[in-house]
Amino acid sequence: MLELTKENFEQEVLQAEGYVLVDYWGPTCEPCKALMPHVHELEKTYGDKIKFASLDITKARRLAISQKVMGLPVIAIYKDGERIDAVVADEATATSVEELIKKYA
Amino acid sequence: MSEIYDVIIIGAGPGGLAAGLYAARARMKTLILEKEKAGGQIVTTDEVANYPGSVENASGPSLIARMVEQADEFGAERKLDTIKEVELNGEIKVLKGEKGEYKAKSIIIATGARPRPIGCPGEKELTGRGVSYCATCDAAFFEDMEVYVVGGGDSAVEEAMYLTKFARKVTIVHRRDELRAAKSIQEKAFKNEKIDFLWNSTITELKGDGILESMVVKNTVTGEETEIHANEDDGTFGVFVFVGYTPETKLFEGLITMEGGYIKTDDDMKTNIPGVFAAGDCRVKSLRQVVTATADGAIAAVQAEKYINEAFDV
Repeated sequence: MLELTKENFEQEVLQAEGYVLVDYWGPTCEPCKALMPHVHELEKTYGDKIKFASLDITKARRLAISQKVMGLPVIAIYKDGERIDAVVADEATATSVEELIKKYA
Repeated sequence: MSEIYDVIIIGAGPGGLAAGLYAARARMKTLILEKEKAGGQIVTTDEVANYPGSVENASGPSLIARMVEQADEFGAERKLDTIKEVELNGEIKVLKGEKGEYKAKSIIIATGARPRPIGCPGEKELTGRGVSYCATCDAAFFEDMEVYVVGGGDSAVEEAMYLTKFARKVTIVHRRDELRAAKSIQEKAFKNEKIDFLWNSTITELKGDGILESMVVKNTVTGEETEIHANEDDGTFGVFVFVGYTPETKLFEGLITMEGGYIKTDDDMKTNIPGVFAAGDCRVKSLRQVVTATADGAIAAVQAEKYINEAFDV
């Protein structure tokens, strides 16, 4: 999974062609950490169709807020740089994330 | 044919892990099922100050990690699966999950509870966009911003104090004119300069286009409504909701006797179905804490063993 930063977010997500999945997380967010291994698993299955990436929001808070992310976890799908879909907070489970991915993979 | 466990525990929060530890220690073939990751609600708590033996800096995650280690050490199996259907009335209970089917002579339900929403317009749409139920997850977004905490119990006041590490101001919005939280917690909150109070107030609407921008607060005494807007420079603010819990018992509706959504048990954690027990926040009780959940788990496990010895004549 590609680690995003303030520096590469523009290029890797907003300027990217095709589908990008961004896993927004934080080191004190336990639900995020519970979800993360499932997202890694899904990358093995769908990684050839969607680029998997993650952003630690504590290192890029303003960037996350600019993406209308203000609650974790958020698994968002971008297409050609546009955020087109997401599962947020409580809704984000291993099952719902796979369903989200299947819509675009 | 799938193997038959002596006891299957649904849920790996403090109640389920304690039940697992006691059951495995009694040499029962034990399986703990959990949806995603062990822990339950307590893992989102930064500080656990009231669990006997947990000392300064004991966090939810560290406490749970030790409980998991202990249950594993005694030989409890753990699996990740979401149970979709249950058959509890037979001598052998059957649980159908997304990944597989599980059979056991007895079941301990330790599914816990989840935070209850306020139930006002805009809340659902703005969840994760300014509205939150988990301070440790989302506090970092509100560095140097304004935050409101809804509720007046232990969780609300403790989480408000946690949030003062990030936000420049935290206002507790409570529907009464005094807090319900433990006195020692209240004292700390009253001393904290960053904490302010909006008494006799409830939130009736949350507004914003993609992000929380304002909220309507109603005075419960006068009935007067006021709209509070985000600071212009910030553009947004946080609302953290701690107004109680909803039990995770939907799976058992119509099967097990309940009261207000909580599972009814006797003092031995027995439900109305022989061989089916409940422990922790999901059952009817007067105090929902880690310490009472673990106590329930221990009792349920011991009673499950007793039930098996009698019902299966071993």
